[in-house]
Amino acid sequence: MTTEAGSETEIKEKAEGSVAQPDQSEATEENQEVVNSESATTEGVEEKKEKEKEGKGISRFLPPWLKKQKSQGQVVPKETSPTKEVPSTQEEVGKVKEEEEEPAPELNGHAEEVEKIEEVKLEEFKEKEAESHSNASADTQPAKEEKIEENIEEIPEETKPAPEGEEQAEEHQQQQEEEKKEQAEEVEGQGEGGEEHPSIFQSPLRLVRKAKMKMVVCHVTLLDGTDFSCEVEKRAKGHYLFFKTCEHLNLLEKDYFGLTYKDSHEQRCWLDPTKEIKRQIRSNNWQFAFNVKFYPPDPSLLTEDLTRYLLCLQLREDVASGRLPCSFVTHALLGSYTLQAEFGDYEPDQPRPLDSISQLTFAPNQNKEMEEKILELHKSHRGLTPALADTQFLENAKKLSMYGVDLHHAKDSEGVDIMLGVCANGLLVYKDRLRINRFAWPKILKISYKRNNFYIKIRPGETEQFESTVGFKLPNHRSAKRLWKVCVENHSFFRLNTPEPPTKARFLTLGSKFRYSGRTQTQTRLASSLIDRPAPNFDRTSSKRISRSLDGAPVISITEAGRVSSPTSLTGAGNGREPTLELHSDSKSPLRVHGDNIYVRHSNLMLEDHDKTQEEVLKHQASISQLKRSFMEAPPPSPPQPNQWEKRLTSSPATTLRIQQQQGVSVTQTEATPADDANFSDTKELGKTTEVEIEETVVIQEVSKATKPAVVTVTASPSPAAPPQREVSEQEVKAAEEATLQEAKGGKQESVSSESESEEEAEYHPNVPSSISHTQIPEEKEEEEEEGEAEREQEEDKSIGNTVASQEAPLVPVEVSPSAEASSGEGEKSRTEGKEEGEGETEESTEDPMVTPDEAPNGHALPEEGITGLIALAEEEETPKVNGDASLAEAERRPQVICCSEPPVVKTEMVTISDTFAAQKTEIATKEVPIVHTETKTITYEAAQLDGSGDGEPGVLMTAQTITSESLCTTTTTHITKTLKGGLSETRIEKRIVITGDSDIDHDQALAQAIKEAKEQHPDMSVTRVVVHKETELAEEED
Amino acid sequence: MAGLMAGFGHFTHAVVRGVPASLAKEALRTNQLEVDPEKAQREHDAYVEVLRSKLGLEVVELPADETLPDCVFVEDAAVVCGDTALITRPGAESRRNETEAMKCALKELDLNIMEMADENATLDGGDVLFTGREFFVGLSKRTNQRGAEILADAFKDYAVSTVPVLEGLHLKSFCSMGGPGLIVIGSSEPAQKALKIMQQMSDHRYDKLTVPDDLAANCIYMNLPNKGHVLLHCTPEEFPESAKVFEKLKDHMLIPVSNMEKVKVDGALTCCSVLINKKANI
Repeated sequence: MTTEAGSETEIKEKAEGSVAQPDQSEATEENQEVVNSESATTEGVEEKKEKEKEGKGISRFLPPWLKKQKSQGQVVPKETSPTKEVPSTQEEVGKVKEEEEEPAPELNGHAEEVEKIEEVKLEEFKEKEAESHSNASADTQPAKEEKIEENIEEIPEETKPAPEGEEQAEEHQQQQEEEKKEQAEEVEGQGEGGEEHPSIFQSPLRLVRKAKMKMVVCHVTLLDGTDFSCEVEKRAKGHYLFFKTCEHLNLLEKDYFGLTYKDSHEQRCWLDPTKEIKRQIRSNNWQFAFNVKFYPPDPSLLTEDLTRYLLCLQLREDVASGRLPCSFVTHALLGSYTLQAEFGDYEPDQPRPLDSISQLTFAPNQNKEMEEKILELHKSHRGLTPALADTQFLENAKKLSMYGVDLHHAKDSEGVDIMLGVCANGLLVYKDRLRINRFAWPKILKISYKRNNFYIKIRPGETEQFESTVGFKLPNHRSAKRLWKVCVENHSFFRLNTPEPPTKARFLTLGSKFRYSGRTQTQTRLASSLIDRPAPNFDRTSSKRISRSLDGAPVISITEAGRVSSPTSLTGAGNGREPTLELHSDSKSPLRVHGDNIYVRHSNLMLEDHDKTQEEVLKHQASISQLKRSFMEAPPPSPPQPNQWEKRLTSSPATTLRIQQQQGVSVTQTEATPADDANFSDTKELGKTTEVEIEETVVIQEVSKATKPAVVTVTASPSPAAPPQREVSEQEVKAAEEATLQEAKGGKQESVSSESESEEEAEYHPNVPSSISHTQIPEEKEEEEEEGEAEREQEEDKSIGNTVASQEAPLVPVEVSPSAEASSGEGEKSRTEGKEEGEGETEESTEDPMVTPDEAPNGHALPEEGITGLIALAEEEETPKVNGDASLAEAERRPQVICCSEPPVVKTEMVTISDTFAAQKTEIATKEVPIVHTETKTITYEAAQLDGSGDGEPGVLMTAQTITSESLCTTTTTHITKTLKGGLSETRIEKRIVITGDSDIDHDQALAQAIKEAKEQHPDMSVTRVVVHKETELAEEED
Repeated sequence: MAGLMAGFGHFTHAVVRGVPASLAKEALRTNQLEVDPEKAQREHDAYVEVLRSKLGLEVVELPADETLPDCVFVEDAAVVCGDTALITRPGAESRRNETEAMKCALKELDLNIMEMADENATLDGGDVLFTGREFFVGLSKRTNQRGAEILADAFKDYAVSTVPVLEGLHLKSFCSMGGPGLIVIGSSEPAQKALKIMQQMSDHRYDKLTVPDDLAANCIYMNLPNKGHVLLHCTPEEFPESAKVFEKLKDHMLIPVSNMEKVKVDGALTCCSVLINKKANI
């Protein structure tokens, strides 16, 4: 703790003080600035006069509020002076030392003071950065200390890039960090050698804190089996220890590596560099191992031999332990290269070479025969330098099928034992030794876990209509999460050009906002290409693979499978620490507008208490409009659509399908429209529509959320009049707004949840920004394109088909929602309040009854337009003009609404769930009949165990979410609500599936399929009610 | 400095077996077709002659065994990759003894012999497609999961993926390798489906050469010193359309080999030999 500081530490302080000198002389400009302001901050407080002299100059430049803040400090401790003096010369440092040697009677006061100052910094920061940095967000009280530390660390890095774009800043920051560290390394290398001086990377302010920190000795087992001890302060973060270790190894290409620790269940876990070590290890066992985290697919592209050597060491161990299986011949070959690298040329006169080599472990089942073969091959490598021998070793090892595959035990949906392998290319599924499936990263839309389930959502193949979700059972929640993290990291590292900025996750995630924080392979390759130092000398020690064989990268052990993680207790249900809603929006980045596949993740709102001041809310609104503006100004995405569409159109064999599609869409919209008069006006055109409503209810003992992905196309081209680009940017704006607002609301909460590692679930959408090459495998690329086209096709269909409703309908919710959110943000509504984000749905979303009557004009406009549109649709042949008019009018209106900087005063309403909802619908159905000549049939199946979720006691609504997805002839609208009833959290998923098509379609089969899919997607839920609503066209009666 | 997975298609030896007289009448077949034993013999002789004279392989010819009518199809009895040979346990019970002679022959060639001891495992070599980078094992009437697992154990360096074979006898009844990274595939729906699965399962990229006839997709690729890419494929008499497709391969030395008779008992080109690289990897 900060306030703890014993006299014992003072000795260390002294040492640090001297160590700190080179660091300070190295200090970068921004570092100086920070330091200055820091010192000035302290300066504001009463102090010795001589010290005031030094600091005054700087304090003049400080904003008054800052000064005011400081003056709140109660005590003026002597110890603050070191901070102040940090920027000054080495002489000053000497003074510091002297001072530190003096007794420190006012320790407590001092500590508080420092904290306060840091908070001030923090505030300042937040403003500067416009909440772009994850650590800058507000924290709740208990977490404050940590947050402060984080910020201190980041101060020097963050201040500079502030004016740049967020993502750039992010990168920039990382690079700076790297540079700085490298600098620091160099300095250290020249100076103190192997001495421990953790202060080297931190801003001088850190030094002061450190003086108060307890130090711990970490033991890191290196790849050659040796132990590296490193003293770190107790609150140090993972990357500190990691960088110390790399420094010790003289390693520059460090991004492929990581540190592991054993968790309380003896499982190997990767140490998260962004988090405190102490919080991760959760025990007093400060034992770590240095391991390869990402196996470079082509080790020859590594820049330094040292890196290759370390990779070799890891692989030797992988091979020897059996983790990397290989054949006899390969064992022998790899072993022979190892001998060559470690011992040089074969010595014919060496006595009994077999004896000495049997001391070494090359294979799990090593025998004399193999050793002989190794020796025989060793002879043939004469003249090979160690570096070349390593290269050869790697060239062979990299071809092994299990190279770089991180295996995890799991069971498939049928309970069959399988292994999931995460690697550079994606996720592999093994049964015994056989590969039974493979999901390349481009095929995966989403990765999520929930309790001990791990899910991946798969992009539909060429012939498939639906996205499918594949679920696996992991031994327990921890293993599910560990697998999820590994997937997130591997995807980011190997598939992205730049890591997904954690900021996004910060805003949008309420669950685990874990993201890969390091450099991607692309970045690290670039960085290593810039390495300009003479090849470092290093010794290839005879690797002690035997002793280390168990210390490798996280090894799966079957024993774990037996363990059951104790279910999370009910606590926290209402306290806003709810781990899991992910509001991750890809579309936030303007970059992605240009992508082939653009998806908006539909936000699921989570309402929470928060004590944002009015000011802050206003600030956020300001930033929203800022964002909006920038999005509007952003260049529209290049419009490849028309061409591709044309191509598609002519070549598409599925003309009929497209027509169906179109109908399907319009139907959905009508259904969706609250103005139900229009509901069946268009059924005339349909052959037959079957609506299947599936409700899934689950009562979960623990608090967990039904996070639902929502992947919906944004490329919607609403009408011929409105260019698709606009729609896109509009969506972007919306997403951005969501993001910001979410942040506004949930800032505090998020930080908390980030501290508590107890997320029950999380998801990750491994979408790749358009900047990355989609060149992996042509098949997949095709699919992607196809999908993109299909989407466009849909849009086109809509516009071509004059389905006005389909154009306008989706927009309304889009526009409404931000304001809705805004208002809720302002009103600081409690989490218990239901909230609808119709905007989540690009299309069809109107179906929610949550677009409430007391909505602003926008809301009303919708039904009317819907009606017009539908009528127009119905009368299409006779009066095409109506259509044109309608759409035109809408097109005109839209931009107006989009640009609304005056947030429409829309009140959000609590979502009504289930019964009322259903009842309403049935009512609609009956009411509609007269207008359109269709026959409708509603059949309701209800499961016996349907609990009274829709009854008088609705519970407390915690979240509501609506997701829409569609494929060729079905449209699925998923509405997820989560309520809290007497400590029980209930997640209710209502799916409305509209199956459109003529009589050829086997509706029963489609229904069965839909139910099956629903069950597959939510294996732990039960279907409680199925409402089949059938509409059949009666006759052509044009009234 | 040959290493792992070097030299796909390099072969020095071929193991073949004589045609028993019992083939015509007793060999297993999916279609009831009349086989002309003499013609079959002539075809086989020509096939062996191509391997021996034209391509210069060292041909080990095992004598026919009359009690084993299918014994000419040696491919099913062993899978050889590098210097490891896996002696299979053929799915058809009548063929189990075919492996004996094969095992001896391969032992003489000094290969590491692995055997399938598991009573529950079945594997026909015809279901095993080795692409140079990985194995695909067809799960067919003749090959089961367990057999595939044992194969995976025998060749640990390589990924082994399973592919369901819904139609046709073997996986290689409708596909084979036509070069490094080139899969020759039939155009039937099951064949295309299988290819899709293979592509999905693989970390590697494969080009494909689609031929109109599934049976014609079975060809033999070799990469021989002084000859380069060599492809033994169907004759224009047998599959005119497919032969035209093969003729488009400009870089290959194309050798049409007649297989009219053996195909009647589901014997494709690859079935009749086990190819070995004795100056193998190391």
